[in-house]
Order: sequence, then C-alpha cells, then structure tokens
Amino acid sequence: MTAAGHRLEPTIFERSRPGRGGGRIPHPPREALARIPAAQLRTDGPHLPEISEPELTRHYINLSQLNYAVDTGFYPLGSCTMKWNPKVNEWAARLTGFAALHPFAPDELAQGTLQLLWELEQWLAEVGGMRAVTLQPAAGAQGELTGILMVRAYHRSRGDLDRTEVLVPDSAHGTNPATASMAGFKTVSIPSSPDGGVDLAAFRAALGPRTAAVMITNPSTLGLFESRIGGLLDAVHAAGALAYMDGANLNAIMGRFKPGEAGFDAMHFNVHKTFATPHGGGGPGAGPVGVGEKLLPFLPTPRVLREPDGLFRLERAGERPASIGRVRSFAGNTGVLVRAYAYMRANGAAGLREVSDDAVLAANYVKAGVARVLDVPFSRHCMHEFVASSATLKAETGIRTLDIAKRLIDYGFHPPTIYFPLTVEEALLVEPTETEALETLDAFVGALRAIVEEAHADPEALHSAPHSSPVRRLDEATAARQPNLRWRGMTGEQTPCPD
Amino acid sequence: MAQDLRYTKEHEWVRVEGDLAIVGVTDYAARQLGDIVFVELPEVGRKLSQFGAVGVIESVKAVSDLFAPVSGDVVEANGELASSPELVNADPFGKGWMLRIRMADPGQLNNLLERAAYEELTREG
Amino acid sequence: MPYGPHTPEDRAAMLEAIGVASVDELFSDIPAALWASELKLPPPESEVELTRRLRDLAGRNRVDLVSFLGAGAYRHFVPAVVDQLLLRGEFYTAYTPYQPEISQGTLQTIYEYQSMMGELTGMDVISASHYDGASATAEGALMTCRATHRERVLISHAVHPHYRQTLCTYFAGADLVADEIPLVAEGPAAGTTDLAALERMLADPDRPVGGVVVANPSFVGLLEPMAEAARLAHAAGALFAAVVEPVSLAVLASPASYGADVACGEGQPLGIPLAYGGPYLGILGCREPLVRQIPGRLVGLTTDIDGKRAFVMTLRAREQDIRRERASSNICTNQALCALAASMYLASIGPHGLRDVAALGAARAAELERALAGAGAARLHPGPYLNEFAVRVLNAAAVHRRLLARGVLGGLVLAEAMPDDPSLADALLVCATEVTTADEIEVFAAALGEELAEEAR
Repeated sequence: MTAAGHRLEPTIFERSRPGRGGGRIPHPPREALARIPAAQLRTDGPHLPEISEPELTRHYINLSQLNYAVDTGFYPLGSCTMKWNPKVNEWAARLTGFAALHPFAPDELAQGTLQLLWELEQWLAEVGGMRAVTLQPAAGAQGELTGILMVRAYHRSRGDLDRTEVLVPDSAHGTNPATASMAGFKTVSIPSSPDGGVDLAAFRAALGPRTAAVMITNPSTLGLFESRIGGLLDAVHAAGALAYMDGANLNAIMGRFKPGEAGFDAMHFNVHKTFATPHGGGGPGAGPVGVGEKLLPFLPTPRVLREPDGLFRLERAGERPASIGRVRSFAGNTGVLVRAYAYMRANGAAGLREVSDDAVLAANYVKAGVARVLDVPFSRHCMHEFVASSATLKAETGIRTLDIAKRLIDYGFHPPTIYFPLTVEEALLVEPTETEALETLDAFVGALRAIVEEAHADPEALHSAPHSSPVRRLDEATAARQPNLRWRGMTGEQTPCPD
Repeated sequence: MAQDLRYTKEHEWVRVEGDLAIVGVTDYAARQLGDIVFVELPEVGRKLSQFGAVGVIESVKAVSDLFAPVSGDVVEANGELASSPELVNADPFGKGWMLRIRMADPGQLNNLLERAAYEELTREG
Repeated sequence: MPYGPHTPEDRAAMLEAIGVASVDELFSDIPAALWASELKLPPPESEVELTRRLRDLAGRNRVDLVSFLGAGAYRHFVPAVVDQLLLRGEFYTAYTPYQPEISQGTLQTIYEYQSMMGELTGMDVISASHYDGASATAEGALMTCRATHRERVLISHAVHPHYRQTLCTYFAGADLVADEIPLVAEGPAAGTTDLAALERMLADPDRPVGGVVVANPSFVGLLEPMAEAARLAHAAGALFAAVVEPVSLAVLASPASYGADVACGEGQPLGIPLAYGGPYLGILGCREPLVRQIPGRLVGLTTDIDGKRAFVMTLRAREQDIRRERASSNICTNQALCALAASMYLASIGPHGLRDVAALGAARAAELERALAGAGAARLHPGPYLNEFAVRVLNAAAVHRRLLARGVLGGLVLAEAMPDDPSLADALLVCATEVTTADEIEVFAAALGEELAEEAR
C-alpha cells in the first residue's frame, strides 16, 4: 500500500473515445423500436463511455491498486469486524445453481436455495438463542428497522398506543436512533456510567409506560460486556417494553452468550461482520433479524417454511396476516447469505466458539500493548474490541486521534475507528478480529508506539500525514460546499448509433 | 468579542439595533463545528420562539441546530451564506451573521448571558 | 477454526502477555446465570466436505428451464470481463471508504457510477446505492414528503407489488399515507395509470399530496403517460417520482426529460446475477435542489493538499452517524459492490451496446407476442410495451405448472403476485431479452399451444 509512484487514473469518461468498444451484442433488426410511440423514446444519448476491453480492464485494475483492502492488510476497525473473507465463499455464491435462480422461480425449482436459507435461519437462531429468524433485511440498519417496526406492531396489536419512546445508550451506533425515528419513535438517550456500562439510574428513570423498546449493543461499543444485562432486561420487561439487541458485536460472544436466552426479544446479525461476508467497498451485506415468541407473528413475509414431506416453500400472501409486510423485494440478499452459510458450515459449533475466543484473546493482547503508549480508559478485560484515547497525548503535544490515524497509513495500516463512540474523548476503537497473525498484531502496536514517539519529537510529520498514500489529506470543505457529484463532459463526440 | 453582545448557552450571539436583534453563532461554535459547509435559515416572516430550534448549521463532520435567542419575526436572513458558508468561520460576528429578527419582547434579552458569563461557559478545560 | 492463524503457541503467548491463565477469564463479565447453553450445531466441515455440500444444494435448484420470467429481475448477458474484475480483492474486500487517502479506487468507481446513472436518468444527484428497487422507491417517496412537508403519497397500482408493499411498510413507521392510483379498466389505455383518477385524488384540499409515484415500464410491462402524470403532480404542488428500469433507459425517455424530481429503480439488469433476489442495486436519484433530502452515501470530486484530483464521501452531515435521530434515513451499509458491477457492465457494453440490448429485447418480445398469440394466448392489454407484457391464459396457474413439467418457465402467474386484482386473474406476465432465442420462443409457444388445447378439452 505504501509503494511509491502511485499513478492516479483518469475517469472512465476521459478514457472514452468515439467508436471504441462495443461489438458484444448482436445488432437488433432495424424496426425493433418502430412500434414504440415517438414521445416515449429517448431523443439523445445516453452519453456513456465508449471504451475497449484493454482500456477498461486497465482502468479498473489501476483503480483497484489505489485501494486498501482486507486482502492487502490489517483493518483494526472497531465495530466493523474486518475478519478474513474466505475465498471458497466467492466460489459458492457463483455456482450457477445459486446465481442463475430467478427470485420468482416456483418453489419446486428453488429447493436448494430454500433449504440453504431455511438452514441458515436455524443456525442463526441457535447462535442468537432466538425462536426464529428473517433473512430479508439487506443490511444491519434495515434489520434494526425491521425489528423496531415489529415492536411497533406488537404494541399496537395489544392496543398499547402510547408507547412512543425508544431508549438508546449515548454510546450507540448512529443507526440506532435513526432507526427509531424512521419507525416513528422518539429517541431517549441514556448516558453511560463511568465504568462504561449503561447508567442504571438514568435507565430506570427513563423506563416507563411510554417506552416501546430499548436498543442495546452488547458487548457495548466500548467493547465491554454489560454484566448488569440481566437486571436491565428484567426492568425493561417489567415496564412492558421490549428489548432489542444490536448484534454488531456478536463476534465477541458466540457460544458464550445467547441474547435470546438472556431475555432479548429481538436482535439483528451483521453477516458482513460476524459471518465474514466481504464489505465490497461499502456493501452489500445483510442484516437478518432473530425474534423470540412475542415478535414471532410479526416477522416480515414471506418466511421460508419446511413442509412435513421435507420440501421447502415460501409463505403465501395472506398466510400470516400479523406480519409487518415486506421490507424489500424478493427474499433477501441471497448471494450474500450463501457466503454466510458457507462460513457457518465451515466453522460448525466448535469453530464459531473458537472464533469468539480468539477475537477476545487478540483484542486483550493488543490492548495490553496499546495501554503502554496511549490512554486506555477502561482497564478491565475487554471483549473483541477496546477503546483507547489520545487525550493525554493531545494535551502534551497537540497531536489528536485524527493525526495518529493518518500517520498509521504511512506505517501500512488502515486506521482504527476514530471519534466513536462519542462518549470517549479522542477515541480510537480497535478490533483486531481473530484472523490476524501475531506478527501483524505486534507490528500494529509497534507502529502506534513509534507514532506516539513522533508526536513528541516531530509533531508536524503527523499533522501532515499521510505522506505515502496515493492522495493526501483532502479538501472536504470544498467538496461539501460546492458538491461535484457527477462527471459532466464526455470527451469528443459519440458515434451515431448504427440503424 | 464585542462588549455589547449577549450570548446563549448554545453559542448564539445577539446584537441589538433598535427593535431588531442581529443573530449569529460565536467563534467558539464555529471552531467546534469545523469548516462550515451549509447553513439552513428560516424564511423571512417566520415567527420564532425564544430558544426554539429554527435552523441548521452543517460542517463537514457535524451538524448543529441554530436556536433563536429571542422571540420575534424574521426580517432578513443572510443570503450570502448560501454561496459562502465559510463566512461563518472567517467572520462569525460580522459577515457571518445569520438573522435579523424584529423582537417581540426585548425583555427576553435578560434571559441571555453577558460576555463574562459566556466566556466562563466556554473556558477550555 | 478454519480461517484463523493462531496456533496453541500463539494463544499461550497472548495469554501470558495479558496475564491470565485461560481465555475463560477474559469472559468473567458474563454472569454465570447468563452463560449460553451449548451451541447445538454440527461440527466443522473441511473445504472438501463444504464444497460438496454447496454443490449439492446448488444442484437442487433447477436453472435449466427455458425462461420467460421477468417481473422485476431480468436475465441478461454479462460480459466475462465484469466478473473477473469484480473478483479483484482490492475491490470486494475493501471497507467503506471513510479514509479517502487509501480508498481512491472505491471512491472513484462510485463517482463514475453516480455519473453513469446520472446520464441514464438525467438526475443531477445519484446516491451511491440503496438496497434494491423496492426500498429505493420507498425512500424516494419519503423524500417527496419531507421536501414538501406533506404527509400523503399517491402510488400507481401498476408499480411492482413488492415495491408498493415495501413502501407501505416504511410509511407505517413514518405515519404517512400512501394511496393507490387505480388503473384504466378499458380502452386503448387499459392497464395503465388512470390520469383522471390521479387528478381527482390530487384535488383533495384536506389531504395534500407530497409525491406521485409511477413506474415506466410498469410491472405489467406497459409504457405509462409519465409526462402527463408529472404535469398533474406539479400542478398540485406535489413532486413526481419515476420508477424506472435502467436498460430501458437506453431507448426510453429519461425521468429528467419528463419532469421527474426523483428517480428510483432496480439496477439488477445491469450485470448483476439473478441470485434468487439479491444482492441487488437500489437506484435512487434526484434533481439538485433535493440533494440534502437524498439518503445514502454520495461521493464528490475535490482536490488533495497537493492539488491532485481526488474523490471523497461528501455531504456526510445527512447521514446517520452524524445526524443520528435526525437523519432522514438509517442507511449505513449499502450495495456498493453491485454498483461497481453495474458500472463495469455499462462500461463494457457501451452506449450502443446498451441500446442494442434494449432494442433486441423489444424485437424478441414482439416475436414472442406473435408466437403466443398464435398459440392462443393474446395480450391482456392493448397499449405499447418494451419487452414485457401480460397474456390471457385461462387457469394460468395450472397451465404454468404443466409448462414447468415440459421444461418451460412460462413467466409469472400474475394472480399470485397481485391476488386482489380480478382483471389479472387469468394471466401470465412474460418477457424477452437479448438472450432469448427464436428456438426458445418456439418451444414455449408450442408447449403453450398444446396445454391450451388440453385445457379446451
């Protein structure tokens, strides 16, 4: 990643020349569009790039070289679980039987996929201690929305229309309060206590007849297990509310803690975190949601059902009227779910438990190293991630977490999550995951040590970091003040379409 | 910071000109937010209530509500900020002004902080 | 554990550095009463066993039938170069480009995607992707309400049923109202959105409308009066959201050209496998004045400190991590790799190629129409279509099932997708694309002819 001589790549529009490319599609007959009314037809364009295969390939390959990726290096990104993406999963998703299956194919043609989805639901339910799972949501945030909409439906079904609030710890991921708003609820923010857990007194004070649900991440976004969770959940249920768990941090607890068994009524899974499906530069992932008995009737439709004769089918319209309906088209991000299924099958029960054990072990190992060079506000054992802070360093040298992050790039690492959670000043949230070799972990700690020394000796090197990346610090203010979101000129003219 | 200004806890400043209140955000607020990229202001004629959220100030990495320091009608909103939001960073007390409000009750100014109290509030540490 | 590097020695070294005797000590915050019951799941599988299992499952799907099924997901030819490029680990294993200095590959390709979709739709702003056509339509409709401060949307009954259902789910949470615009029952415009009804619905002074949503082509394949619908919407102070199919935009008028304020749709036809419904690609775009209302990531062009051109996620203050409960949407993870696939597809097919794909589909569809009519299944609707249409078939469900036994996937039984619509009771929705062959059409028509003859007996 720090190779010298990065060549930046023109835009694909700048590589376009009239007459290049094409030839992949046979020509249609002359009169193909004659029956379409002229008013419905396009009169100009579309002005898309004309580019030959060599140019196109080099364009994308060269661009790929400007990227950092799990395939190239370590991402200690707290809350993201950037573990290894197994290659066999890419092979699996591309099997023609999976890839070429139409989503409206009749059930009898889709038995392989339906079985895979059904089994994946069972596996996730077992890991989460949940009664049932929906695989429909396309991402964790969509899973959260699904869960909170089910909570809404639950209370309304009981005539309980005054529950207008959702409690969310102030350390929560931004999707939690955003989800509550989308589902029509007011977010009540609960402060954290000095030990990193939810402030119990504030929590109890906020709980009441207006509470529809609480959304809790456990382990928290500080990487700490909420040991008072039993009491918290009892209080939630005593108040007539439901408990939703944000499962983003599930990598810490597989085989050790089942949210459903502890009393959570719903949770989502992030398959692109815990279950190793690739991040794709921002997506796609999937956000399956597990539910307990109370929310079972409200699951999105259609569910995947297994008949007594062992055949699988999709639920039919109207078969379960209490369902909240659909949150998206078709069954879900099936291609992603195939990868998650393969990952879970490869691991089995023993493997999944070992994943969590190793994730927690690695995090505590790195924390022990980092604690020698930066503040680590919570000294007790962390789960799969821990938060550090550069507050002292900032006071001593003016170097902030942002500068440390940018300088880590020069050392060949992707920075950890920074300035999250919001409850810790100058935060760095570090999650090594279980798939990084000891040498990598040591090198990361070594880099942080070197950077802290640089902070004292040569702070300017940090303020202007990174130095070795393809581009350096960007003018984000102008990008936001004068947004340029679309390339507005094609070079040259386009060749006219052949008749 | 000018002596004749009043301040809110949410870092707005107010300068009085007759029955008009000129409103902006302080340099402290501008520094906290970072490079300001967009300012959403209420339209002329809108009635504001003291301490109500009436607009939005966006920076690259943060967003913050603009609170009305006093009740009244919006007489003018600073149109320059649409094309040059950076004026809030460059000149928060001058060219970065945001609203001119015809005050409904000048007595409300007494609910606001004077300079010393505001400086105490924003003392680092 | 199959994918991790740690040996027992590594683990011992880590435990020692931490100062604990066993990993169990690291979990001491979990109260004993809450320790999980045993994970009742099978043991691990080697790659040999795993690949056998997956091959077996994939093999139980039937993808060999001659297929005329569309209905929101379409079979298209994808050049080989696309998947080869998508397998670059630097793209598919990269994280969200929050650190732009080391993510220019991802950022530039997103900008290029935004630009290409901007060309196709004519919209000034295109989000970096939404989940799928249905959720993109729901979010597009929510945008119209936010922008107009109104609480009601009108959506044509001819929009894909999944999209309408998804919109209803989203609207329930937002406490907004979505009413359906009925379709014309008879005459040359039968099956299309009823503009007279739309005008009436827009005229209710007590329930002003924020947005009107119409699809072109519609779910049943018909071309809709988009310009007229947009005019009616605007006259009533509402915004117009067009639901579009991206390949068709190579030849059909763009949303911008007929006055749409928002464009939504499904990008799957652009080089993305059918894959039983996902991951797909939600297309969501809008005119410039609405840019602060659009959810999802946006990438913009800028410069770095050395003056080099560079790309960065911008207008971030709209998003959930900054706005939290005030964000217009909670979307975080999107469908970035699918947007990349779409860009690569568009680049490899080219503008003339894309026009050819659309036109060939239209040509094949016309042949299909003739062949099916000859077999006794006439079109349900009279109006123009591009490459998808409904045909009348008595006992459609039974006929469809028997066609399966003959190796033909004869489109979609419309009654199953739209059960509350008596006019669609005995109908199949069929489509053709550039990969449909004359032989396939002949097989379908012959089989259908025989089945209809059986029915008649």
